[in-house]
Amino acid sequence: MRLAEAWRVALDALRANRLRSGLTMLGMVIGVGAVVVLVALGTGTKNEVESQVEGLGANLMFVVPGKVDFNSAPTASPLDTSDLNAVIRTVGDRDRVTVSLTSGETVRAGRNSTFTTVLGVMETTPKVFVRTVHSGTYLARTDVDTGRRVAVLGSKTAHVLFGDREAVGRQITIAGVRFRVVGVFEPLGQSLGVDRDTEVHIPISTAQRLFGTNRIDAFAIKAPDAESVGPLGDRVLAELRKRHPDTEFSAVTQDQILGVLADILGVLTTVLAAIAGISLLVGGVGVSNIMLVSVRERTKEIGLRKAVGAKPRDIGVQFLLEAVLLTTIGGVLGMALGVAASLITAALSPVPATVTWWSLALAFGVSAGVGIIFGVVPAQRAGRLDPVVALRTE
Amino acid sequence: MTVPESAAVEAVDVERTYDLGGVTVPALRGVSFTVERAAYVAVVGPSGSGKSTLMHLLGGLDRPSAGTLRIDGRDVSSLTPAELAQLRNETIGFVFQSFHLLARTTALDNVALPLVYRGLSARERRARAREMLARVGLEHRVDHRPNQLSGGEQQRVAIARALVTEPTVLLADEPTGNLDTATGHAVMELLERLNAESNAALVLVTHDREVAARAKRRIHMRDGVIEADEGGAA
Repeated sequence: MRLAEAWRVALDALRANRLRSGLTMLGMVIGVGAVVVLVALGTGTKNEVESQVEGLGANLMFVVPGKVDFNSAPTASPLDTSDLNAVIRTVGDRDRVTVSLTSGETVRAGRNSTFTTVLGVMETTPKVFVRTVHSGTYLARTDVDTGRRVAVLGSKTAHVLFGDREAVGRQITIAGVRFRVVGVFEPLGQSLGVDRDTEVHIPISTAQRLFGTNRIDAFAIKAPDAESVGPLGDRVLAELRKRHPDTEFSAVTQDQILGVLADILGVLTTVLAAIAGISLLVGGVGVSNIMLVSVRERTKEIGLRKAVGAKPRDIGVQFLLEAVLLTTIGGVLGMALGVAASLITAALSPVPATVTWWSLALAFGVSAGVGIIFGVVPAQRAGRLDPVVALRTE
Repeated sequence: MTVPESAAVEAVDVERTYDLGGVTVPALRGVSFTVERAAYVAVVGPSGSGKSTLMHLLGGLDRPSAGTLRIDGRDVSSLTPAELAQLRNETIGFVFQSFHLLARTTALDNVALPLVYRGLSARERRARAREMLARVGLEHRVDHRPNQLSGGEQQRVAIARALVTEPTVLLADEPTGNLDTATGHAVMELLERLNAESNAALVLVTHDREVAARAKRRIHMRDGVIEADEGGAA
């Protein structure tokens, strides 16, 4: 029998039992749809996180005291301003280095107040990270050198303290000490779950005085290009270890952060797809079941076809194609459903969803595969039917 | 190995036993006969006589347990299920008591069905089926489905399906069993006419004595053996 003919026969058989075929397909539609949606959500989240990390700036590296792993508690930082000068010498360009000293503080303006993250930084911060000032200016080098009490506010903090009024030039207090607002940041959104629009930046020297310490928590360094990130990190670490022989230091690059996050989210996506895959499996069992019923119901037809010359293989192929047709039509509908659901989710909720071609190809391949795997047993059974017995069936 | 002038069917000491739960039940116990080309033979006998078993063997639906059975010169015992299927397709035309037409399928496509398994193109299949339907007087019923046809018409479609492959043996199992007397008569006349026109041997399996009486030769079966063979040349 020609294959084109076999397809036609299979399609006719499905049409003859529209409701049953439809319900069987529904199992596949849901399974494939779920795979497509969940992979889209996983992929979307991964892309989002990656773009946030990349959005910090290019070729970044963070140098922190202690070991960066899950077994180590944060190390009390032995770093101070003299280390900063040593690091700047090692890097060879002040504009490529900034520092942070972080503390949660209450920030007040008149009757409005908010508790937020206050960072002691250098004026070089916008050159290291992607950070733009919406109004006013960023901190100046003289602010850092002379320890001026000036601050740059995140857009949300500015809004909480001043509403729609202009914040630049006004007075605020941080931990009870008066500061002058010199700038307000452009809204940035979240990075890795941290709201960047509530930050308040003040000069590092001022922060050290305000918090009563000489400490520096961490360095952020921007390498000139991707290749020099590693070597530069090694040189900075060597310098710091020389200066503090009893302390461990770590250089974490942007790529390492991305790698760890990508791994976690990749696993998450795989797990989600696997869970959705279970429903595909259940759909496949449904297909198998219906095909067995179909073989039994059409025993007489099988007997007749065999009597007029159908080989066991012809009958087997006919039923296998019927199963594959069930699952692939269901699969295509499921893909459409999955894509639609992903687009709607992405449009109506903050959850990012990115439909990928590979997930569609995979879903289609899997649904055809399910048809073959779950169609084989019923098809073999049909092919092996004894025509004498089959013809006698009423 | 097909010798052009071989008999349509040649059976030598054919036995067929069934294994029913460890008990061996003989259905045919050494049957020998020959059906010549274009012959007209009735196989008669009561239920349990082995005539159904014989029909299955003659139709290439089953293989003998012992003995030699040649259909169109080919020894059936050595054939695989796929080879048997091809043999049926090429040399046997079946007509059943209950017609066995595919529902939801037009008369034309029912008649064309055996040609599907020959790999003929749809155009060729339809052309041959149409021609065959005309020969059984159903050219006006080509696009009707079985449930739109009378019993007699359904059986004529089945006969057209049996002959569209130009078989060596036309095997009719109680062809009038589901029809009233007049319609049965007409169907018998059609079968006889087609038998006379073509080279196909007509083998009629029946327990209807009146129908059997029309055949030129009658093989009487009883308890798995040939009890009598009247009117035959062999």
